[in-house]
Amino acid sequence: MIWLLRKDLLILRRSRLLVALLVFYPIAIALLIGFAISRSPSRPRVAIVDETPAGETIQVGSQRVEVSQYARQLFSQVQSVGVSSRAQAVEEVKSADVLAAVVIPADIAARISSGTAQGQLEVIYNGDALEQSLVQSQIGSALAQANLGFSEQLQRAAAKAIDGLLRGGNLGSLGAPSDLIGLEQIPAVLQRVLAHVPAGSDRAALERVASFADFAAQNLSVSKKVLSTVGQPIRVHSTLLHGRRTPLNTFAVVVAVSVSLMFVCVLLAAGGVALEREERALGRLIRGLVSREALLVEKGMLAAGCSFVLALAMLAGVGAFVSLDWSRAGLWVVALAFGALSFGALGVAIGALAREVRAASLLAFLMSLPLAFLALVPSGSVSHGFYEVIGAVSFLFPFKAALQALDAAVNGAAPSIGGSLAHLAGLCVIFGALARFGLRRAD
Amino acid sequence: MSAVLSVSSLGKRYGDLQALADVGFEVCAGELVAVVGPNGAGKTTLLSIIAGIQPPSSGSVSRSPREVGWAPQQPALYSKLSVAENLELFAHLEKVSDPRAAVARMLDQTGLTARAGEAVGRLSGGNRQRVNVALGLIADPPVLALDEPSASLDPGQRERLWQFIATLARAGTAVLFSTHNVSEAQRHADRVLVLADGRLLFDGPPRSLLLEAGEDERGDLERALVRFLAMRAPQDVSA
Repeated sequence: MIWLLRKDLLILRRSRLLVALLVFYPIAIALLIGFAISRSPSRPRVAIVDETPAGETIQVGSQRVEVSQYARQLFSQVQSVGVSSRAQAVEEVKSADVLAAVVIPADIAARISSGTAQGQLEVIYNGDALEQSLVQSQIGSALAQANLGFSEQLQRAAAKAIDGLLRGGNLGSLGAPSDLIGLEQIPAVLQRVLAHVPAGSDRAALERVASFADFAAQNLSVSKKVLSTVGQPIRVHSTLLHGRRTPLNTFAVVVAVSVSLMFVCVLLAAGGVALEREERALGRLIRGLVSREALLVEKGMLAAGCSFVLALAMLAGVGAFVSLDWSRAGLWVVALAFGALSFGALGVAIGALAREVRAASLLAFLMSLPLAFLALVPSGSVSHGFYEVIGAVSFLFPFKAALQALDAAVNGAAPSIGGSLAHLAGLCVIFGALARFGLRRAD
Repeated sequence: MSAVLSVSSLGKRYGDLQALADVGFEVCAGELVAVVGPNGAGKTTLLSIIAGIQPPSSGSVSRSPREVGWAPQQPALYSKLSVAENLELFAHLEKVSDPRAAVARMLDQTGLTARAGEAVGRLSGGNRQRVNVALGLIADPPVLALDEPSASLDPGQRERLWQFIATLARAGTAVLFSTHNVSEAQRHADRVLVLADGRLLFDGPPRSLLLEAGEDERGDLERALVRFLAMRAPQDVSA
């Protein structure tokens, strides 16, 4: 087997373009995937036309909220581009300089203050279906955040107005008398007055007023709390069910390394086996010189060894830029070794079944790329049934198990590494058997 | 002369298809035996079973695959390796006692010493076929099985190849070859095996086949073969 290995290394050394492609292509793909995963979504570039007059306010009871507060909330959610008119905003959208434009109309304050109509914004966007979907999603999210912030402003103003009614004093609104009595103080004042009022119809009437004032004060206090609940009815408290939380950037490293490991290993193993058939040397080899099993082991081990070295170098190299726990390096080696062997078995199975190098390479590529993406689909992002199907497909191939093993090794993430390693070992045996079946005939 | 290869009652089935049925013959040292017959007669199947590429369904071959040199119809070579590297690899895999000496011997015999360092992928078809035959001979086997060795060669290359094979036979190697070119069998073979529908219909010198088909001793073997096949299985065989 050593001479076969020597021959394969010699052929590999002479196929410089192939080696360069096998090394740089997966690294490029892996880095792109890692970059896409780890990169936080950027704020959309949006043109904002604020048509409201400067200093316009919305009256909330005795309080006033500036309309410009809303624009400020919106500016904080997007990468804003100030434009002076709707026509200019339309031009910006048409020229694709901005993703969309938001027009805050001049009558927004009047509509909100009326208490009978909602304020209305105009969103202008363009582009194909994908871009429209992106705009709807991103602008919708930005507007929801801005609405939430603005409603909190209005809620604070309303709460302050209720506070003024309850406690009295100087309310500060135009035309309001100074040093007003508060609703909370009325029952006590009336009790003092009632102590000097003889029994009779006037006393009974005053007692009813005192009861109402007491009841009203208590309920207004409660309504303040209700207002805060309405402003943000649900608070989010996160609980991670199992394992340690994996930082996004180190998870991206794990994804990038796993993708490289898979591409290099599967393509090399598949190509190596298929080459023996394509060069018609398989018949010569298996007539007593090398057993089919030894041939498959040699191809799988060669591919696994090359991809293991590349993946470990990648992991160590990236470790210079991203904080990795080097005390777990022993586990990295174990996870990468199991992953490489499992991918090697998948590769030799593809090579044995595909029978020629081009078909084997194409099949290896066509299988590897979707497997990587399927393994990264988060639960909840697709329907339950479809997610079950994705899970079943991912279970049948080594990428997800290799990813989980490496994530557990690098980040201590769940599930535990033992289960993933056992899964990879099982897949290695199954694909090895499939490869042996594919190699049953030499022609 | 004693037989160096005995094939007894060889049969091969592919599902319902009987590719070979009860084929038996012997080959002596230094003998050149041609296997001829129409397409689908079982020529390649017979040679590949003798070479150990596939197992028979029934019957036996007296030699193990390692004792039979094998040169398939399409050269089985690593195109990225040089002529010498291909020979050296198989010399090691065949566990030849002195691989370097074996490589030098085969380069000398095939006349490829000057091109030893050249990548096989850059050789002409004729030279590739010579390397292909040389790989079959690297372990100095007593029997050499060649499947259509001269197919895809030009007349000059074909002539050089037959000179090379004749030299091997003179040195004592038993050579069994299949061919579609019946005139080659007439010129080079000591014996002819005629296969049709997986059955061995004739085993003897070319001259005997001519006589059996009603031809003159110096007649055309190809015409004789067509007539012979038509006489034996007129409903199945088309020339």
